[in-house]
Amino acid sequence: MIWKFLLGLYMAIITALAFVIPIGFIPGLGERARIIFLHVPSAWLSVIAFFVAMLYAIRYLKSKNIYEDVKSVASAEIGFLFCFVTTVTGSIWAKFNWGSFWNWDPRETSIFVLLLIYGAYFVLRSAIEVEERRATLSAVYSIIAFITVPFFIFIMPRIMPGLHPGSKGDPEGAGPVVTFKMDPNMRVLFFASLLGFILVYLWMFKLRSRVEILKIKIQNKIYQEV
Amino acid sequence: MLSSIWAIFLKDLKSELRTRYALNALLMFVVVTISMILFATAGEVISGELLSGLLWVVIFFSAMSGLSRTFVSEEDRGTVIFLQLATRPSAVYFGKLLFNLVLIFGINFFVVIAYFLTMEGFKIKSFDVFLAGLILGSLGLASASTIIAAIIAKANTKGTLYPVLSFPVLLPLLITAINMTQLSIEGAKLVETFGHLRILFSYFAVVVIASYLLFDYIWKE
Repeated sequence: MIWKFLLGLYMAIITALAFVIPIGFIPGLGERARIIFLHVPSAWLSVIAFFVAMLYAIRYLKSKNIYEDVKSVASAEIGFLFCFVTTVTGSIWAKFNWGSFWNWDPRETSIFVLLLIYGAYFVLRSAIEVEERRATLSAVYSIIAFITVPFFIFIMPRIMPGLHPGSKGDPEGAGPVVTFKMDPNMRVLFFASLLGFILVYLWMFKLRSRVEILKIKIQNKIYQEV
Repeated sequence: MLSSIWAIFLKDLKSELRTRYALNALLMFVVVTISMILFATAGEVISGELLSGLLWVVIFFSAMSGLSRTFVSEEDRGTVIFLQLATRPSAVYFGKLLFNLVLIFGINFFVVIAYFLTMEGFKIKSFDVFLAGLILGSLGLASASTIIAAIIAKANTKGTLYPVLSFPVLLPLLITAINMTQLSIEGAKLVETFGHLRILFSYFAVVVIASYLLFDYIWKE
């Protein structure tokens, strides 16, 4: 219980600091670079959450334990949420930095496709009624889908020219955002924020999977009593 | 193993040639889509860039309307159990993949010829780039749509689900393939497109290997 309050306090401090901490001057971005403290961790977290969903999908296929499937879905749901947050914050930022909400920059395309993939994943789940079959097929789909994710997240934004910081043709470096020449303040706060996001993810994941597992247990108990 | 893959392929080919269900429907589908594009753009001069995008739209949707047939028909006719008894899952997968490959190459051959005949603005300067993109693109398209066909054959709403599930998975392939076709119109050399070719090929390899590993689970479900 106390941990939750501490985490809430921690995230509140991170959020406040994200607005006030001095970050130095960054050409082309200026104060708008502050989005890095919220947008980038949630983008990374969404990919991590989808990765965890794939790991649990593999574990489900090996063990056929329905709880693994529940955890896989829980992680995919949270990943979808973070993905949505990333898209919306990025889109608002793009309005002020590039002049329009959506430009079909390679990064924007990739985040949009992530939304499509996991949207399709939930559609697939709703289209199958038998529990084990649903778990198996959606596990296979989430594995197939995740192995195409690197093409979007890591390959395409680097070989196609784009507007997003860190893409090909960006003088600040053709790598991910961390290779930015970052102010030390900024770097510390960025990783602190990433840690906070990871903790939030872990907490949500635990909560979500526990609720679903309890639901299954209660159902089984009702069946036994009947 | 090889002989059973070949047997599955021949079985599918024979039953397809007997009914010509997928083939006829597909050819008509291509004709309808292309004439739809022609009607929509009548009298307009369309740029080669737009036409290369439209070419892949036609290819994608004709693949979506035909490639799920191999698995869905097994499920409809209730012959899945016989196949499960007769041979190993991986043999079924590769047999079906082979059949889908042949089918998609056939369709694409037809699409491209029809496209060349009807679209005046579609002038290709470097044919090697165009062909390399088309062949590798078809390989990738067949690989991903085969495994997804196996998934949706077990679901309740087969028809609508297929493009929905396939599109996001196929998008890295489609974007690269469209890019290749545009480059071929602009007259790029084959050496300049090695990056694209590598993406297309690695996509095909990755999807086939993953499908091979995962197919057992779908097939036995």
